[in-house]
Amino acid sequence: MSLDIDGSEVDVVIAALHPNLTTFLEEWRPILSRYHLIILKDPDMKEELQIPSGFDHQVYTKVDMEKVAGQTSINFSGHSSRYFGYLISCKKYIISIDDDCLPARDDQGFLVDAVAQHVTNLSTPATPFFFNTLYDPYRKGADFVRGYPFSLRNGVECVMSCGLWLNIADYDAPTQAVKPDERNLRYVDAVLTVPVRSMMPVSGINVAFRRDIVGPAFFPALRLAGEGKCRWETMEDIWCGMCAKLVCDHLGLGVKSGLPYVWRGHGVDGGDALESLKKEWEGVKLMEHVVPFFQSVRLPRTAVTAEDCVIKIAGMVREQLGPLDLVFKHAADAMEAWVKLWKAAAPQSQINS
Amino acid sequence: MAGGSIPSTPLLKDELDIVIPTIRNLDFLEMWRPFFQQYHLIIVQDGDPSRTIKVPEGFDYELYNRNDINRILGPKASCISFKDSACRCFGYMVSKKKYIFTIDDDCFVAKDPSGKEINALEQHIKNLLSPSSPFFFNTLYDPYREGADFVRGYPFSLREGAPTAVSHGLWLNIPDYDAPTQLVKPLERNTRYVDAVLTIPKGTLFPMCGMNLAFNRELIGPAMYFGLMGDGQPIGRYDDMWAGWCTKVICDHLGLGVKTGLPYIWHSKASNPFVNLRKEYNGIYWQEEIIPFFQTAVLPKECTSVQKCYLELSKQVKAKLSKVDPYFDKLADAMVTWIEAWDELNPSGSAAAAVNGSAKK
Repeated sequence: MSLDIDGSEVDVVIAALHPNLTTFLEEWRPILSRYHLIILKDPDMKEELQIPSGFDHQVYTKVDMEKVAGQTSINFSGHSSRYFGYLISCKKYIISIDDDCLPARDDQGFLVDAVAQHVTNLSTPATPFFFNTLYDPYRKGADFVRGYPFSLRNGVECVMSCGLWLNIADYDAPTQAVKPDERNLRYVDAVLTVPVRSMMPVSGINVAFRRDIVGPAFFPALRLAGEGKCRWETMEDIWCGMCAKLVCDHLGLGVKSGLPYVWRGHGVDGGDALESLKKEWEGVKLMEHVVPFFQSVRLPRTAVTAEDCVIKIAGMVREQLGPLDLVFKHAADAMEAWVKLWKAAAPQSQINS
Repeated sequence: MAGGSIPSTPLLKDELDIVIPTIRNLDFLEMWRPFFQQYHLIIVQDGDPSRTIKVPEGFDYELYNRNDINRILGPKASCISFKDSACRCFGYMVSKKKYIFTIDDDCFVAKDPSGKEINALEQHIKNLLSPSSPFFFNTLYDPYREGADFVRGYPFSLREGAPTAVSHGLWLNIPDYDAPTQLVKPLERNTRYVDAVLTIPKGTLFPMCGMNLAFNRELIGPAMYFGLMGDGQPIGRYDDMWAGWCTKVICDHLGLGVKTGLPYIWHSKASNPFVNLRKEYNGIYWQEEIIPFFQTAVLPKECTSVQKCYLELSKQVKAKLSKVDPYFDKLADAMVTWIEAWDELNPSGSAAAAVNGSAKK
């Protein structure tokens, strides 16, 4: 990676769902030591965090969350604690990685600098209006192919970078239950723009975004009744990701998917997928309602910022999905509460794209 | 849920034709022999029909030159390009098979990163025989590939996918760049092996390259018209592009899928960028009008077959693109001629059947 990353523009946000972060941080040290880390302690965690020395970091706990957020419909427990990190950060780029992921090695055996790759993705244009068959045309050794319209070759600003996972992929509980031994060993050397109007599942395990542009669209809102600490017991990131994609599509901003990989497996609950299945089945059913809703959402031209868009979407969610399940009504409340919090806590985030 | 691994890919040797346009020779077939020998070839000879194209020993083939095309199609032969590899679509029309694989005569067997030779045809067959996922993007690419699956959050009701109509392969070595890019980067070579197959989402257009392409002829054949290019035409090197845009719009309308990615072939010959520039010149400007046309094209519900969709598109081309250049008027007529010729050579039966959209596993 030859790009010069300005570390002062980056915050790395880590939700600590496990108290001992020693292995995690030691493995990431070569990559993370130059960045400021925002570490969120899961409000439900009783134990103290163990953090090795030598990292520029700040830990936020339940106390901080209550102080800043006050009485709010937003629940910051579990994986949702990372959103608090997004809220109090002032940086341009947020990189967010689950605490059960370690750096991956690429197909040449080199350690993948996930932060540098995310920042590269976010600082080169995206191409959502026409698919380039050689993937990201801005990567070294690639370009736009014959037949790609010239007027679209400037691309648009990329504001979301969705990374992937080697070893234990981000599968849902049913898939995990059926294929407990499957490991993702395929290193796909590509970054590509997810086209406009295409819906996608954004995983919170390894994600990065432009906080100054789409921060308001990264909210903790959809909380399953049986939400747990296992990733396959959550839908918060999927929900927020689908909304964020809508916002990006409406505002003419880009979303990339692909590199970087992280290696997922350390500390992941070998878990009981079948047990989780009972909890996550709720999420699976909810997705079926969600798809037609997202296919039909049209945002008004007057919505020109991420905040505007989120408020509009929240209203539509309450009206159209609220009657189907209480979880959606709560999500709409949380989305609105989030935008209020965002405006109060980070006034400089209101940048029109 | 995506199925388990397919132990071995069916050969489909009686269900697939390999269509090769050529103006030079077919020496490249020697390298492909282990992979192609069992299949029937349809060779479309472009250029001077009095020239004899030598086909390497041991291949089962039929060969058509310009005289054959004129004889078979009569006046309708006007829709088949001359002096351009667009003539290959004649091969699609005369084939009687369910699947087509088409490859250029300067494309050779590539090697994967482990050094193993890539059986491109086998990968195309895998792509075509497994569903596509155009309605929702899967971040782990083709969920039907061995070792992959749908990720968390992928709606279960969409996991049956859509039947795959097109498999678009890629190229190592000489990338498929347009003339301006070739002029700026004459030495760039594509050395990146991206180990992925993915579905191009519904509603998204792409530049379809005809160098390494396979499709289900029964599902989408009539849409694979490669237009009026070459001799006497104001444009060249947009044949496959045109077919790709028409095909994608129709696939989106009929609920069919288009995959891109693996397999790779090794593209050995860089064509002359100055010659290319002259051919592409009009296309570079015209595509700025053509793309919005296709992006906003709407096919009425009554268009339930590929032919109906294609004829409707030809009407819209005539109505909306003729003002860009009279060429499009001619092209729209040629599109109609193509369908008439297709239906004549492929009377009713499966090629013209309405697609019911059920996923084929």
